[in-house]
Amino acid sequence: MTWLDTNRAYVLDMLVQHVRLAVPAIAISVLVAIVLGRIAWRWPRAGTVVLGIASLLYSVPALPLLIVIPVLLGIPLRSGLTLVVALAVYGTALLAGTAADAFRSVDPRVREAAEAMGYSRTGLFWKVDLPLAVPVLLSGIRVITVSTVSLVTIGALVGIPSLGNLLTDGFQRDIRAEIVVGVLGTMLLAIALDVLLVVAGALLTPWRERRPRRARATTASAVPAVEGAA
Amino acid sequence: MNLFGEALRWIGDGSHWGGPGGIDTRIVQHLWVTFAAVGIAAVLAIPLGVLIGHTGRGRLVVVALAGAVRAVPTLGLLTLLGLAIGIGVEAPLLALVALAFPSLLAGAYAGIEAADPGAVDAARAVGMSEWQVVTRVEVPLGASVLIGGIRAATLQVVATATLAAYISDTGLGRYLFSGLKSRDYAQMLAGALLVAALALLLDLLMAALQRASSPTQGKVPS
Repeated sequence: MTWLDTNRAYVLDMLVQHVRLAVPAIAISVLVAIVLGRIAWRWPRAGTVVLGIASLLYSVPALPLLIVIPVLLGIPLRSGLTLVVALAVYGTALLAGTAADAFRSVDPRVREAAEAMGYSRTGLFWKVDLPLAVPVLLSGIRVITVSTVSLVTIGALVGIPSLGNLLTDGFQRDIRAEIVVGVLGTMLLAIALDVLLVVAGALLTPWRERRPRRARATTASAVPAVEGAA
Repeated sequence: MNLFGEALRWIGDGSHWGGPGGIDTRIVQHLWVTFAAVGIAAVLAIPLGVLIGHTGRGRLVVVALAGAVRAVPTLGLLTLLGLAIGIGVEAPLLALVALAFPSLLAGAYAGIEAADPGAVDAARAVGMSEWQVVTRVEVPLGASVLIGGIRAATLQVVATATLAAYISDTGLGRYLFSGLKSRDYAQMLAGALLVAALALLLDLLMAALQRASSPTQGKVPS
């Protein structure tokens, strides 16, 4: 902890950089994935293509993606934009399928009722589909938030500053405390953002009951097979 | 776009093939470390996952643990192990085993849990032992989910094996890092393209394997 005491300003600076890279990447992923998920839900045939491309993109490793993007977009390798684009591509690829599932999870009877009440198409999207899709959507957003915060660190390898710098610098100078601070800082940031998301989710879905879950049936055979797909 | 041409020429250059630092050697190293890591992790994680799926016990602990492991930046794990163990293939191998573990475990228990409870009860009713229930009913029925876990783990590991080159002289990641150091973008991009191609190829292979392992493959689903 003495290392942290003497380097507090540096760690804080890197933490701020980390947030500045991770949060825009997550936000872009969510927006684009909702649009793609909506397309996949509305036009299943186009959806198969879109989701196929997404899963293909997801299988491109992150570090190579970081090197390919500057060439494609003509931006400098060491620019933060490179990392934000790469992580947004990843996040979107991972989230698009979940977003389609989220829209599918909306009870069709609720939509029909809303239509019968005279909701317009846009009204139906903003006031019925999107809010009801929040729970499933949120589970996906939580996954990409943790993975994005963790992936920001590899930017340090090409010279984009973040908490990842503590990992590379600590390795090069053989300071284990620095690496530990970097690892813990990254994990704490991920947990903090995750907590924020859970709170935001609870605020966005006030109709959901917040009582403890009922005790599960004891025999494995009584549990429906729906679980485990998380 | 010109850079892509240069990178492809770099890959096509005969002098970059053969020998201890050649592209073929690097590909073999990359695949070797990938399969070794996934293999070791599978031997540990799959029996544990099957046990959890079969008994339904310890699921919450494992899910929480797997989530925590996912939040650990792999680069941090790599550098810490690199300092602790020294420069060699052991440190990255260990980090990659840790990386592969959660996906394999989740695939195994989700696969077992996904087996139709009716089929499991029927197997017991006809007098199968618990061991037979696991090996003849639950594992075959859950095979495609289980292989899905292996696929996810393989994809993560083959991608992250690129980072292994940061702490040891292993795999295709070497081209990225030496290209970065010498500002040789063609070499760096060549390395990136090679890793991406390898990852895509492996993923396609695993996807085919996953499809082939589905119990309803080629039959009319009931």
